[in-house]
Amino acid sequence: MTRADLIAVLPEALLALFALTALMWGAFGGKDRIARPLLYATAAMLALLALWIGSAGGGASTAFGGMFVNDAFARFAKVTILVAAAAVLVMGEDFLARRDLLRFEYPVLVALAVLGMMMMVSAGDLMALYMGLELQSLALYVIAAMRRDSLKSTEAGLKYFVLGALASGLLLYGASLTYGYAGTTTFAGILAAVRDSTLPLGLLFGLVFLVAGLAFKVSAVPFHMWTPDVYEGAPTPVTAFFATAPKVGAMALFARLLHDAFGPAGHDWGQIVAFLAVASMFLGAVAAIGQRDIKRLMAYSSIGHMGFALVGLAAGSATGVQAMLVYLAIYVTMNVGVFAFILSMERDGRHVTDIASLSLLARAEPTAALALLILLFSLAGVPPLVGFFAKYGVLVAAVQADMVWLALAGVIASVIGAFYYLRIVYLMYFGQEGEGLDGAMSWSQRALLVAAAAVMLVGVVNLFGIEGPAAAAAAALVR
Amino acid sequence: MTIAALAFYAFGITVVASGLLVVLARNPVHSVLWLILAFISSAGLFVLLGAEFVAMLLVIVYVGAVAVLFLFVVMMLDIDFAALKAEMAKYVPLAALIALILMMQMALAYGAWTTSEVADRLRGAPAPAPAEMHNTRALGMIIYDRYLYLFQAAGLILLVAMIGAIVLTLRHRTNIKRQDVLAQIYRDPATAMELKDVKPGQGLG
Repeated sequence: MTRADLIAVLPEALLALFALTALMWGAFGGKDRIARPLLYATAAMLALLALWIGSAGGGASTAFGGMFVNDAFARFAKVTILVAAAAVLVMGEDFLARRDLLRFEYPVLVALAVLGMMMMVSAGDLMALYMGLELQSLALYVIAAMRRDSLKSTEAGLKYFVLGALASGLLLYGASLTYGYAGTTTFAGILAAVRDSTLPLGLLFGLVFLVAGLAFKVSAVPFHMWTPDVYEGAPTPVTAFFATAPKVGAMALFARLLHDAFGPAGHDWGQIVAFLAVASMFLGAVAAIGQRDIKRLMAYSSIGHMGFALVGLAAGSATGVQAMLVYLAIYVTMNVGVFAFILSMERDGRHVTDIASLSLLARAEPTAALALLILLFSLAGVPPLVGFFAKYGVLVAAVQADMVWLALAGVIASVIGAFYYLRIVYLMYFGQEGEGLDGAMSWSQRALLVAAAAVMLVGVVNLFGIEGPAAAAAAALVR
Repeated sequence: MTIAALAFYAFGITVVASGLLVVLARNPVHSVLWLILAFISSAGLFVLLGAEFVAMLLVIVYVGAVAVLFLFVVMMLDIDFAALKAEMAKYVPLAALIALILMMQMALAYGAWTTSEVADRLRGAPAPAPAEMHNTRALGMIIYDRYLYLFQAAGLILLVAMIGAIVLTLRHRTNIKRQDVLAQIYRDPATAMELKDVKPGQGLG
């Protein structure tokens, strides 16, 4: 342990200190009265860290004997996570405050969850991976059940907790088998043990269990069962958080583990990941069709989108990882925009999540409806919006890796999936006269909705140059 | 058979048997008592390994604190464990089948199990040999030096668990009377009592 080690984890350490200070301030300084300033302070802190990490260049460095890796890949994922978390915090403030859910622990727990995600994407050791994952998950279980007077929220928290614990068990079992074979938990050590491209049986078992555990965290089929219930039951700002930052964290961790620890065995895990990808894309597309609740629909939509991101990972190449990172960044932007709108859906002061209530929204709220239309088209992958380029990127990566069938499956699933996005658009513009929405959007929700929609249009030019950093990130990971 | 081997088998069999009885005992209080036996026997195993510090921790922390807490919780909770078990019994056949299949698959893996050539050397690398260093010191070096990052992370995880427990269960109830110790201490006759001069035959009115 040296000075250099501590400097490498400075952003994480600062965030941890911030969370501890905020907790003390909240507990002794004013309880829930200071929840609002605390929430904005947390969002500002996350945004500042994003700026800092984003502007800090430099190559790859490791700290604490290889347990913590700070490279371009980690930095890219961290910036995405931090920005997404800050945006979700700000847009949920109004919703929570009006429903008396704004407690000072909420921003603290979000900050700690983000800290867990940052540790996950920087993990260079199975133990560090697990610690980050648990820190993140535990904070998420709590905020899912935060509305404790509601049966659904409690059920969501409990279900998430029990299934999450099971997934952690699978992951740990895989980690112990891997350790049993390799004799070390560092990724570099495992990589040295893999060396030749055929995996020995012990490592193969370990790999399968590890992948199963992580597939649960990214809610890839067949480990997706918890997603719709948890998304529906959790308070909407929490759902918005679930659909953005943790997905990036878990996917980045997935890529980190597979490439850093099991890199040479690409054809072994490539098959598993390709299966997860195809199953997720199709289930996400087909199961969403019957949904009447927009939060459940977004849950299935997120399952489908994770399938597409996994296509990039299954390709097993630097192009694939690059496409995956770009996909995740775009996915997060679209989800922030859509959830900014969902948060504002209310009728007679009550939050409604019924899709039918969007009928003829275009008459009442032309700007919001237009912005939502752009975002939904982008989610569906309609050219020339940015969402199309995200899908195009991962499919091209799959074709380049000689997985034409995977790319074809992706195209078919994307066509099926387009149906339910377009149905919402249809309802908004040509729906039937019915009970509409009457809530007003807060400034932050409106700003984020319009900004996300604008990004989908303007980003077409050069994707805001994120391809460069994404390529650098992929190059840092895939060697 | 040496005495050490004899002790190992004695402790080992006790751990396994009492572990089994923890699950099988009908009375939950008995389960906790069996658990205590399992802890103490494992402490014996640790002593045999030369890890006396961990053995003492197991006795002090697990037997002394955790198991006693368990015992209190089990006795205070009014849960009909028999009914819970009957509920579980419905799933036993399916669970047993899945467990059997999993076990057979694991047996296949075990049959062909190999380890990497360097695994043994790597496994021994983090910890110094027991003869070289006192094991309290060796543990300290591993936890606070080598794995400092993980140790701090574990601390944060426990903190989150604590915050979670408070967020989800603590309710500030109003209109109940709480004891205010300071107020009680600073009471004196001058403020707590009022002397009234009651005129005969008039009362206080």
